This record gives sequence, structure tokens and C-alpha cells, in this order.
Amino acid sequence: MTKKFIGKRVKRNEDPRLLTGQALFVDDVEIPGMLHAAFLRSDYAHARLLSIDVSAARQRPGVVAVFTAEDMGEDWQPGPPLVSPPPTAKDVIFHSRRQVPLVKDKVRHAGEAIAVVIAESRYIAEDAVEDILVELEPLEAVSDLEKSLQEGSTLVHDDLESNLAAHLIQKKGDYEAAREKADLVITRRIVTDRGAAAAMENRGIVAHWDEKSQHLTVWDTTQAPIPIRNGLAARLGLSANQVRVIAPFVGGGFGPKMMMFYPEEMLIPWASMKLSRPIKWIEDRRENFYATTQERGQNHDVELALSRDGHILGLKDVFLHDTGAYDPYGLTIPLNTQCHLMGPYDIENFTSEVSVVFTNKTLVTPVRGAGRPQGIFIIERLLDIAAKELGIDQVEIRKRNLIPPEAFPYEHKIIDQAFAPLVLDSGNYWPVMKKALDMIGYDQFVKEEQPRLRAEGKYVGIGITPFIESTGVGPYEGARVTVEASGKVFVATGVGTQGQGHFTTFAQIVAEQLGVAVSDVRIVTGDTTEFHWGTGTFASRGAVVAGNAIHASASIVRQKVLKLACKILETPEEELELECGLVRVADTPHKSISLGELALLANPLRGAVEPGTEPGLEATAYFGPQYGATAFGTHAMIIEIDPETMMIAIKRYITVEDCGTVLNPLILEGQIHGGVSMGIGNAYYEKLHFDENGQLLNASFADYLIPSATEMPRIEVGHVETTSPLNELGTKGVGEAGTIPVPALFSQAIENALYNRELEILETPLSPNRLFELLVNEEKSR
Amino acid sequence: MQNSFNIAVTVNDTRYERAVEPRILLSDFLRHDLGLTGTHVGCEHGVCGACTILFDGQPARSCLVFAVQAHGHKITTVEGLGTIDNLHPIQEAFHEAHGLQCGFCTPGILTTIVPFLEQNPDPSEEEIREAISGNLCRCTGYQHIVDAVKLAAEKMRK
Repeated sequence: MTKKFIGKRVKRNEDPRLLTGQALFVDDVEIPGMLHAAFLRSDYAHARLLSIDVSAARQRPGVVAVFTAEDMGEDWQPGPPLVSPPPTAKDVIFHSRRQVPLVKDKVRHAGEAIAVVIAESRYIAEDAVEDILVELEPLEAVSDLEKSLQEGSTLVHDDLESNLAAHLIQKKGDYEAAREKADLVITRRIVTDRGAAAAMENRGIVAHWDEKSQHLTVWDTTQAPIPIRNGLAARLGLSANQVRVIAPFVGGGFGPKMMMFYPEEMLIPWASMKLSRPIKWIEDRRENFYATTQERGQNHDVELALSRDGHILGLKDVFLHDTGAYDPYGLTIPLNTQCHLMGPYDIENFTSEVSVVFTNKTLVTPVRGAGRPQGIFIIERLLDIAAKELGIDQVEIRKRNLIPPEAFPYEHKIIDQAFAPLVLDSGNYWPVMKKALDMIGYDQFVKEEQPRLRAEGKYVGIGITPFIESTGVGPYEGARVTVEASGKVFVATGVGTQGQGHFTTFAQIVAEQLGVAVSDVRIVTGDTTEFHWGTGTFASRGAVVAGNAIHASASIVRQKVLKLACKILETPEEELELECGLVRVADTPHKSISLGELALLANPLRGAVEPGTEPGLEATAYFGPQYGATAFGTHAMIIEIDPETMMIAIKRYITVEDCGTVLNPLILEGQIHGGVSMGIGNAYYEKLHFDENGQLLNASFADYLIPSATEMPRIEVGHVETTSPLNELGTKGVGEAGTIPVPALFSQAIENALYNRELEILETPLSPNRLFELLVNEEKSR
Repeated sequence: MQNSFNIAVTVNDTRYERAVEPRILLSDFLRHDLGLTGTHVGCEHGVCGACTILFDGQPARSCLVFAVQAHGHKITTVEGLGTIDNLHPIQEAFHEAHGLQCGFCTPGILTTIVPFLEQNPDPSEEEIREAISGNLCRCTGYQHIVDAVKLAAEKMRK
């Protein structure tokens, strides 16, 4: 069926408010009598808290309260686990150590909160933080992953025998046997390091406990308002119905705002109840660098076994994953890494052993990509090395190993982030890769342009990197769709929104079913009063899981509309159509009734209704996929390196994505552009530099460089559609796709550009300085 | 030290007289004293550009200016550009070209672009990128912002 709204470049419903400064963000909430919070945070990464004296702070005019861990009494509790612990299977070790609201005995990372001041203004609260006398005994810090596991290392958690947080082995086939048969075994150490999500809006929370109505309202920059409400109610001894959590407009999420519960997220509502006053806390950028979660630190010892013709026989990867000072997010990231280590390739023999390690650094939870970029980086680096060693073209070696289209659904025989079997639902990989090659003119560049430019002394390189992205994971989301008497449609769903265009794509899904204008569909996301079942916006699942729940609800409403209209217009349902806000008889368009009139008739004020009648034109439905849909894509890039400065000019950047049904190409392109931008940062500009004392050396935007408009290329986006069989809309997620392959792509293109150097890149992120160092090392080793 | 100073500032053509502490940032004054929350604060150290406002017509970072320094000056914030029912051509262009996602950096980009297009009504892509290089955006990768500025320039030339 031709679609009228889905797949169209529809302008966003949410834009006018955002463009005129009329959209509500958390820091815009003003409540009469509102107090402001500021935190005392540790300068040390690892220290024993000996004493704390807050008396001077309490006496400062304008200070209402100061709380330490002691002041919290029985209410001081570590945060709840965010995901279920792994099943207690054989050989699985998992030590759950969750973040605490305020340091009680020991500081475990720089920036950990020790006390909170509540005052009449933020300025006074910050003054009073300076009044607190705190005595900390510095301890040796654990920063390096390997050192942290060495015998005798300082312990992050004194009650554990070592800094091992978790250990898990996944096996498929028989790697050792495959290795025996291999013509080539590549063995490497590959390291990935930390970056920040750096959403432009820092975190923030406003909590308002109203003693008279016994009701708590919380505005939170969270990606998951419903779990936050449920968790707050449980911890604060309230009924869930006494707590309303609103995630209003949120200035970028990218994963860290999915973390639950940040210490502040529990403390501010708790303090609001203690003081019976509304309280606001807004994180500043420096706090964001220390106290908001980060990702990507892993050390991999990998082996790839291949036959002479470039077929992968097996992959073995033993790796360490840095979880920082606590591990509330369980094994999600390392499991994602394991699930992406085999990329889009048909690999029969696989062994992966992960050790999750506690360090005295900021907590690690998913950041856009969430373990996937690391997996893709490993396999793609290994294939580049294999291609060189075997003398096979870099594209050809990949083509030979792609999972063939007839193999879907492809069972990987390992477990995914939800501890369920990893299955790739659908795909047709080569046409996507081929399209990227065609768009960038691969053959022509390699055969003609590159030799010519090299002859001119230019360092130009090309890269092409395919990747998969597991998306749209369960468990479920829901939505309620209501046709109002005005003829407009109201939709409520539980997921939060952080710029993805949900107010538009979701409206398009509804418009498709009900034949109304997209601008006549009003969407509310992330307000627990409007919809209170669901989990959140993460893992590229909004359009897939919430989108399909909305589709299901709208489909039911459509049936209700047709059933009622059929009676009123005295026409069989199959002869009716929904167009322009009307139900009309297909071949007699003047015979019609508006949706608004129908909504009124569906909710009569007098008279009798048939037994079983539900009022209104409204439906609530849920969608839970059997398992996550897996998207596929390929990025290609042509670069030129300035050999003096090591700055990289990106001459062409191509992405081809297969994310199933495209809801809105304009928004899709925006998601991809933004993902690539973060990927370019991850690959060549952004790295969080922690020293051996666990101190972050570049905790500002002046020192931590995120790409600006002058570093970003123009990105050319191509699409291929292989619809997912797992949901009616056929969608797959795309939110993280742009980010995932970029570090691998950069390494490949850089090596290709510096063709006359024996450079092998085995680490990410890079930077101009780091590339310079690598080249100096290469020169020395010659 | 004197705790508060009386200042008079014209914001979006409205004159405001307020007593402020000398340490209050202009960004906080606009947002919390005047309730003009369209100006956003992203870093408070002058790098991200989200808090950009027009100070006597020139783009300035309101997190690096004290409110008292605005005494006697004219400020324009995003609320002074256009309204939902009557968008400024630059705002229209951002809507049409999908020049924003989460929208947090957007007010600072719009206020940066207003004087840029006044001075350079037909900019090249490179000039546009240079002009917005002091405004960080984490969502868009800047491409649709560049397209939006081009489109805005076209609209404003007509």
C-alpha cells in the first residue's frame, strides 16, 4: 500500500517552540519558594573520608540545609541495580557495587559527591560548599585497567578480593580447532579509550514535594522517566501514583541520561521531602565531566584465524572492560561489544572472555554506540591487517565473509545484552556495501585519482567500513491514541525524547492510520501522568518499539472509527476511507463525517449504549519485539592528511544505511549526520585523559574538543531498505548507527593515506598529536 | 562591598530596571530574573556558544558577561527574533531545513547568525561553517544548520 505520511520529509512539529525559546527544559522550571542545590565533590579519585564539618556552611545566611551521608540516616542506600544481574550461569562472576548518594567512608572517583548544600540561590549554595571543612586521606588510585587486576593492587571496593567486577566467557563452535587449520593467525593488542557524551545540556533535576497534596513532582533530564518514577516511589516510601516524573525537552541524551539513579536524582527529591520545599539542581559542565557517565575504555587481546583466501575461520578475544568505580549498568556494554565483534561476518568459531574491572574513575554506562563501536573497531582492524598480509583487496576480504542474505534470521549462538540468544533478524549486506562503493567511486579513486594525487605528493586515503547495529530491543513500550472532539489526535507514550523528532515521526505513524494532518497529532512523551508504562529511550529503540506501539494503538482507533462511521454513514466499512480528518465514502466523497463529530458521538452524554461499549475513539496498545532488530550500514570516506600538522581534511563522506522502513528521511539524515559527528569526535578529537591518579586532565570544552562545524564534512547519505520481520512497520533503529564504524573507518583511511609508512593503528581515539607520536615511533622502529 | 546595583537594561525592546548583585552573570539575569529562558547555558566557560545573545547588535556570550555590564545597553535574545506565529526568516529556515534536533544550542546559533547574515547576505558554505564554528552542536553534525543558514540567506535576500 502506498504510504501517505510514512517515509515523507515532514518538517518537525516540535520546532516552532524550540526556535522561539518557548520549549521547557528542566532549568527553565521556576516554582515560587524554590531552593537551589550545590554539591561538594571530591578532588581525589581515591580517599578515605576522615571527617567533615558543615557547621560554617549551615550558618551562612541563605543556607537552608546541608546534608552529609550521616545526616541521611537509614535513607542512605546505594542506588538500585539498573539492569537485572546476569543469570547465575556456570562461570559467570558478577559483583554488583552501586553508586551511593553521598560518600560515607571512602571516595571512589574524583567528583564523587560528599555533601549537598540547599540554599536560597545557587550562588549562595556554591559559597557554602566552600565553607565545608572536609578531611580526606588520599589513597593510591587505580586508573590503569591491567594494573588494577594485578596482585596486590589497591582495591576500589575493600570487601572484594580484587578489582574484578565481572567475568564472562562466550563460546561458539571451536576456536582452537579452527586455529589449527588456519593459514594465518593474526594476534594483536588493541586498545580503546574513554570519551564523553557531552550533551549540550548538562543534567538537571527539579523536585517539588507538596506536603498538602502529598504529591511529588520531578522534572528530570532523564531518558527514562517511568523507571525513575517507579524507583523514586519505592525508595521514598510513596505510592507510584504520588510521584509524577516529567522529562520535558531534553538537550541531548546520548546514553548517560539513561543511567539510573544518579546520586543527585535520588537526593534532590529526598531533600525536597525533608524540607517540604521545591529544589533545583543543575549540573555545571565541570561536574558533567566528572559525575556524568562515560564509556569506551577496553583492552583487547585478539586473534583472528583465516584461510589463505581470506575466509575467517575463527575469532578469539580476551578483553578487559573498564566500568569505573561502580557497575550499576551490569554487563550491557561488554555484551554489546561481544555481539559486535563478529560484525556483519559469518564466523563459525568464536571465543570471547571479558573481565570487567573496577577503577577509580567516573562510572561507565552506555554512550551512543554502547560497546558496539569497540567490537566493530576490533574486527575491522583485524580484517585490514589480514588483507595486507594476505594480499587481498580490503573490500574483497569483507565481501567474502559477509553473512549471505539467505542465512537470515542468522543465529549467532551467543547471548546478547538481554541475556537472550543473539539473532540477526534480517539483512542483505552486499548491496548496501556496493552502494557505498559506487557512491564514493571506489574503483575510480583507487585506480586513477589516488595514484595521480600521490604523484603530486599528497597523502590521500580511502576507507570503507561495514557494520551492524543491534537496535530496537525489548522489553516493550506502550501508547494511548485518542481522537478528540476537535478532530485532533492526542498521543501519549512513555519514552522520553531528546531531539530525535518523536513529535513528528510518531505523528506520521498516527496520520497514516487516521488520515489527519501530521500537525494535528499532538504527542506527549516522557510524562508519567500521561502514560505510565514503559522503559525509556535507549539502544536505538524509540522508533522501533514505541513507534510500533503507537502504530498498534492507532490501528485499533482506526477500526473503532470505521465501525462507528459505518453505522452513521450507512455504508460498509470497506467502502470508507479516512482522509483529511474525515471519514468519507470512497466514491461519494461528499458523504462524510469528521473525526471530531465521530469522537463526540462515541462519547454520548445521555441515552443508552450497547453492552460492552467503550467510550470515545481511544485505544491503548503495547509492543514488545520477540528480539531486537539488527540494522546494517557502510561508511566510506576519502581523506587528505597534512603531513606537517597531521590534521585530516575529509574530502568525501558517504553513509549507506539499511534501517528497514524509513519513517522520515529528513529526520533520519539528521540522526546519521549527528552520529557521524560524534563518531568523528570519538575517532580523532575526543579523549578523556585520566592520569595515574585518576585525575581527569581535560575537564572543560576548552580542553576536550568536540567537533565544530569546521571539522565536519558534508555527509552524503544513501538508503537501502530491508524491512524487519519483527514488527509491523518493518523499522529498525538508527540512532547510534552513525557513530559505530567511524573509528575503524578513520584508522583504515589514515593507514591508506600514509601508504609509504609501516603504520598499524591499534588504538582509538586518535588525535593529530597522537598520530604524530605513532609516526615518530614507527620511524624509530625502522 | 556594595551588595546590589540598580541597572537598567533594554532587552528585546523592553526596558527593565532591576537591582542585581554584581556577580550575577548576564545569562542568569536573563533566564532567572527576567524569565527569558530561551537563552541556554551549556558550559559557563565561554566555549559552547549556547548562551549567545546580541549585545548592542553584536553576538556575545552571556555567561562571560556580568549583568551589571549590560547597564545602559541593548540586548536581544532568541525571544526577540520571532514568535511561533511569526517566525523570523532564519527561524523559518531552520524549521524547513531541519537545522535543529534537541534545540538546546539553537538559540545561540540563531543569534550568531542574525548579524552574520546582515554583514554577509550571500555567504559561501565555508564562510557559514566559520561563522558558526564557535557554537557547538552535538546533535546535527552541522550539515542541516549550514543548509538552514543558506536557506535563510536566500529568504532574506528576497
